[in-house]
Amino acid sequence: MSTQQQQPEEPETQESPVEGEPETESAPEPQQRRLERKRLGQAQREQAEAETEPEETKIHLKVFRYDPEVEAKQEPRFDDYYVPYERGMTVLDALIYARDEFDSSLTFRHSCRQAICGSDAFFVNGSQHLGCKTQLSELEQPVRIEPLPHQEVIKDLVVDMEHFYDQMHSVEPYMKQEDLPDGDLEEFRQSRENREKIKMSTRCIWCGACMSSCNIAAGDNQYLGPAAINKAYRFAMDEREDEEIKEHRLRIIEQEHGVWRCQTQFSCTEVCPKDIPLTEHIQELKREAVKKNLKFW
Amino acid sequence: MSQSYNRGLIEDFGRWKEFSAGMWAWIFHKFTGWMLIGYLFTHIAVLSTAIAGEQAYTNTLQGLEALFVVRLLEVGLLAVAVFHILNGIRLLMVDLGIGLEAQDKTFYASLIITGAITVASVPTFMTEVGF
Repeated sequence: MSTQQQQPEEPETQESPVEGEPETESAPEPQQRRLERKRLGQAQREQAEAETEPEETKIHLKVFRYDPEVEAKQEPRFDDYYVPYERGMTVLDALIYARDEFDSSLTFRHSCRQAICGSDAFFVNGSQHLGCKTQLSELEQPVRIEPLPHQEVIKDLVVDMEHFYDQMHSVEPYMKQEDLPDGDLEEFRQSRENREKIKMSTRCIWCGACMSSCNIAAGDNQYLGPAAINKAYRFAMDEREDEEIKEHRLRIIEQEHGVWRCQTQFSCTEVCPKDIPLTEHIQELKREAVKKNLKFW
Repeated sequence: MSQSYNRGLIEDFGRWKEFSAGMWAWIFHKFTGWMLIGYLFTHIAVLSTAIAGEQAYTNTLQGLEALFVVRLLEVGLLAVAVFHILNGIRLLMVDLGIGLEAQDKTFYASLIITGAITVASVPTFMTEVGF
């Protein structure tokens, strides 16, 4: 963290010759000013930091621990860690620190650390969060970190995602259109309006937070779950696919354990780290399914 | 989902303090729905004992209405029915895709309106038994 704050000065010196090239004579002045402003800003930031934060704040983590392979750890327990807080620290940062400094047996999934890979969804202080996207400053202490509920725990914070992936695959989450535009380099275009319509649904990162928060999915193992239905929405609403393919998709989601299981609790919409309006999409598919089956002629 | 061990109430109602508005709306809607079904059957059962004639009907109703508990239950029934109606309208809107962003506010609104109507109904229901 501390190294990151010093960084702005370095690229500045590297950039300066490149930026100065087009107008060599007037270059030093704006650059000087820019550097001056940067130094000032840096000083202000450091001062603000010193004022707002006491030197050594510790974050109290309570982390769920369980390991079925070690006899003494088969009983689930909570371990306490006191992690030194740094500005901008996320739940995942704190967990990484705890693992690196205190207990190397602490197990959790993480990869990209920027809310794209979807590996690090945890149950933090009673609701599903993406570890790398959740600031510790926004949480109440002690921060209670547990594996996602309603999924089998493999070890510590690692849960079995197999069922979630099965549900995701069951809606055939890929473009099925076979009539492609003629010509080798022809683009397969989508209207701007249609892109806007499916935009939010394309953001899913398969983290499983919604499925874990869903009360219905917990009780009904066959229910597709919010993520899978959202995936179906993404393709069913895509105008580039033919009408027959859309009908095939609607047939999948309108089954007994499809969209009709949703009872609009809005739990999934509330926990989605990518802010996908899941309930809205499910409701829209319900309407589509009804429209498909209602024929007055 | 299968569990390798029991996490107990952690996963379900043990976390009621952390439930969101939509979850509470769902729980209340189920609860009030079952209450109304329960009332419906009690209603049929009780009144079917009083169909022997006008006098029997009047006697039964007057006997019931004289009881403080029955009056209290009537206020409760009104509260339950009003919430179920208001939340039902809310769910209808959700199904039509209207105002999904305001779903929590509409839940709070239906709670407040239910409370107001219930309080306002107390003088009517409680005449002659305490009011």
